[in-house]
Amino acid sequence: MILTNTETIPGKTIVEHYGLVSGNTVRAKNVGRDIAASFKNLVGGELKGYTELLEDARKEATNRMLEQATSLGANAIVNIRYSTSAVAQGAAELYVYGTAVLVNE
Amino acid sequence: MEEHYNLIFMIVIYGMPVFLAIMGFVIGGILERSHFNSIREREQKFENYPAVPTSSIDPDRTVATANLSAASVVVSLDYFKRILAAFRNVFGGRVRSYESLLDRAKREAILRMKEQYPHANIIVNLRINTSRIGSTQGNKGLGAVEVLAIGTAVRYESQ
Repeated sequence: MILTNTETIPGKTIVEHYGLVSGNTVRAKNVGRDIAASFKNLVGGELKGYTELLEDARKEATNRMLEQATSLGANAIVNIRYSTSAVAQGAAELYVYGTAVLVNE
Repeated sequence: MEEHYNLIFMIVIYGMPVFLAIMGFVIGGILERSHFNSIREREQKFENYPAVPTSSIDPDRTVATANLSAASVVVSLDYFKRILAAFRNVFGGRVRSYESLLDRAKREAILRMKEQYPHANIIVNLRINTSRIGSTQGNKGLGAVEVLAIGTAVRYESQ
């Protein structure tokens, strides 16, 4: 599966369109990470716990999108966009969407 | 006796923020400098590996692979700089402490994208999103921001 955020895949031609595919996940952060982050917050810098949390969530959303694309018979997803929104206090939704296509090799 | 208690109480109440501010200033400053040094060093390494927001690629070369590269960084200010930023709110103007924070977050995110595909030649269609991260304590809690950079890492066929 080829993923890009460009409209076409450089070096390949799109032969078929399958439409929108998307994946989402809603994650809450845990208290342990909050406490660790609040200490790190005093000296500033990267909050690794949160970075990991968001990376994990993004990976899961991407995997759901991939499953959907695979079931449609696509071999690539183009024009991928990510969006994050806070849906509740302490919880965020990560949403990833793109266009499933078939490209020739 | 009661005066003593009052004195200790005063020291704890007023001394704590001062202590935290000094700690934030010293340790936060050291951490920031070392982070900037590491960013500069790694940027040197990727000197011939640009990341551009346009989506066009070199038409004279054939593309071997194109992959989505996404990286995020969550950073926050230290206690001292947060106080400075709050003071800045009174008079307005440039909030330098946030400028340098976002600068290092963005550069770090782009570097991480490149590190995911170290053998690619160029990153096209670079997009950078910045979002504020709240906390369970409501608005006044974390002053953390997340920077997410995404793009397509293109590797050309070697000539």
